[in-house]
Amino acid sequence: MEFALSEDQRLLQDSLKGVLAGAASLDQIRKIAVGDADASNALETALADFGLASLLVPEDAGGLGLGLLDACLVQEALGYHIAPSGFLAGALAATALGAYPDLLNLIAAGEARFGLAVTEMTSRRDGAGVSLAKGKLSGKSLLAMNVEGATHLLVADNDAHLHVVEAIKDVVQMRTIDKTRAFHEVKYAGSKPVASPETGDRFLAVARLLVAADTLGAAQAMIDKAVAYAAERQQFGRVIGSFQAVKHMCAEMAAKLEPGRALIWHAAHALDIGDPEGPVMANLAKSYMAEAGTFIARTSTELHGGMGFTDLVGLHYWYKRIGVNRQLFGSPEQARETAAELQGLLA
Amino acid sequence: MKLDLDPEYEAFRAEVSETLAKNRHLAPTSEDKGYKNARRIAWQKLLIKHGLAARTIPKAYGGYGGEPDILKARIIAEEFARTRTPGPMAGQGISMLVPTLLELGTEAQKQAYIRPTIEGEMIWCQGYSEPGAGSDLAALRTSAVEDGDHYVINGSKIWTSTAKQADMIFCLVRTDPAAKKHEGITYITFPMSTPGIEVRPLVDMTGSANFNEVFFTNVRVPKSGVIAKPNVGWQVANATLTHERGMLGDPNATKARFLELVTVMKDESVNGRRLIDNPLLRDRLMKLQSEVYAMQANGLRITTSRLKGEPAGLAGLIVKLNGCDLNHEIARLAIDALGELGILYEDGEHLRADGSWQWRYMYDLGLIIGGGTAQIQKNIIAERGLDMPREPKLAKA
Repeated sequence: MEFALSEDQRLLQDSLKGVLAGAASLDQIRKIAVGDADASNALETALADFGLASLLVPEDAGGLGLGLLDACLVQEALGYHIAPSGFLAGALAATALGAYPDLLNLIAAGEARFGLAVTEMTSRRDGAGVSLAKGKLSGKSLLAMNVEGATHLLVADNDAHLHVVEAIKDVVQMRTIDKTRAFHEVKYAGSKPVASPETGDRFLAVARLLVAADTLGAAQAMIDKAVAYAAERQQFGRVIGSFQAVKHMCAEMAAKLEPGRALIWHAAHALDIGDPEGPVMANLAKSYMAEAGTFIARTSTELHGGMGFTDLVGLHYWYKRIGVNRQLFGSPEQARETAAELQGLLA
Repeated sequence: MKLDLDPEYEAFRAEVSETLAKNRHLAPTSEDKGYKNARRIAWQKLLIKHGLAARTIPKAYGGYGGEPDILKARIIAEEFARTRTPGPMAGQGISMLVPTLLELGTEAQKQAYIRPTIEGEMIWCQGYSEPGAGSDLAALRTSAVEDGDHYVINGSKIWTSTAKQADMIFCLVRTDPAAKKHEGITYITFPMSTPGIEVRPLVDMTGSANFNEVFFTNVRVPKSGVIAKPNVGWQVANATLTHERGMLGDPNATKARFLELVTVMKDESVNGRRLIDNPLLRDRLMKLQSEVYAMQANGLRITTSRLKGEPAGLAGLIVKLNGCDLNHEIARLAIDALGELGILYEDGEHLRADGSWQWRYMYDLGLIIGGGTAQIQKNIIAERGLDMPREPKLAKA
């Protein structure tokens, strides 16, 4: 038995973090947040060179054939550096499209870039939603991700079935608290799906798990920043990290985060080996990290005092990353209800 | 990442499971109360014989004499929990004194104490905390003054569980009042029947006396009871405190309680509706499940670190804090789910689960405080896990 990352996995994460330390430095992220195309392109190129797009694509379809645990480590690194990336959308497309080798080939070759329009899988609003009639999609998706520059879109219809359509032009940006990641409203007028994969419980479980991993990274960054700030900032003639009130805030953050890391590893591994409990664990991981992340985002900001509230320190980018992640693919309450349902606990 | 066990271990699991199934009828029941209950002692001896208790203790001292194997120990614990079979005895003598003796005791001490202790024939209590020395344990003042081959002990201890039943005590006393506070302490063992010892039960919020106060007035005890040597008691005690913290917050025990809670919520109905069908209660249940699963996974991480001989770091430091809190929260949800009937206690026709949820909700709060308070745990996590600065020493007035 070994419940730990392999050497290769550690290396993967460390080298990705190395890339991100440059291409997704806070200065670069600030530029991306105000729409600087050069900064966005530089980050995108750096991540494409790293080969992220093909990570989850099986080897026989031209990909790296790595597992969800590896994908979680990547997503954690992206969250740590609050880097916007098409990795999540691409990874989910690769997860969904196992029965479509042609599309997988295109993903692996970097020729297909997927956008993700699946919000309606977990919450369909009045006036939105996608319906399939006579083999064509019509309606509207809200909060679609990675739409700009996408060649394909993975769309959930009102019955939570997935479809692939070619790029849609009719999109409107939706502004959220997170300026680093773009979200769009997408309108379909009779788009014909090129694929309609069946994914069962697994797709949503994977989506939720990857978001949990993203929050893990962002929350870890907030703890690291809080501990570093507490070791530096002086008040009453001593560093504030020597006050128990401040130490206990850090201890509470770490005590909440660490089990979440283990749960994500466990859930990812369970899904990788086809353990039937995998989807339950993934949903519980989403819930766990949403709650722990929210606590850490607030506590770390508070620990930074007034500076935590300013744009100057930039801590708010992580706060917002975690806040957005909490709602993506369903709230923690929804993830818990899914977990209960998967265990047969609903009447 | 590899969670399945090698065939050798799967075979071992099957063997353990079979042994438990075959002997289950001999296990003590809720009728077998108290220490030195014949059925409990017989069960303990049977478990030792099969290597399911005192597994790594040498045969010469009454143990099973197995090689240390973290995975086998884990499998045994899991099988007891899974099959809900009463486990091995686990008093402070077994879990704290015996490891200390094995590490630091003399041959005579090992011969005299280990066998009766692990077989449940010799009960121990721990004399560490004092009214003036709780979190700051090294401030203890109970004095031991040399008198020939003896020490004469004066002072008092508190939070001494099983002091009434104990045959023996392992105790921290101050032998050198002039030395720095950590350097004048001695770890000593002596019989509780020694003249001059008075035990007063300390009734706690559960309504029973789970702890005691112990008073020493001119208690003469032989020097041969000293473990290691005089004035190194702090180091000796730290060896055992590590064992104690490992006991508190065990995720397997927490998982077992969580499963009991699920059963309550499936079996109990209010207004014709199962508790689990109340979405508010179900949401809370699932939130606790996420924490139970997270602590279990955290436990797997710790096991792996131990297998590799590496320190477990933060994953290890958080177990007492999180585990005890989680147990308390599980009891809280059980009481909330039972609602009005959740307040029943002790006995009565409508009492659920013998009132154990209320008992746990109180007793578990004691465990959040005991064995190093939650606040002390947070200091440890911050200082050792996050490398934060220690509290500066106050300038002497």
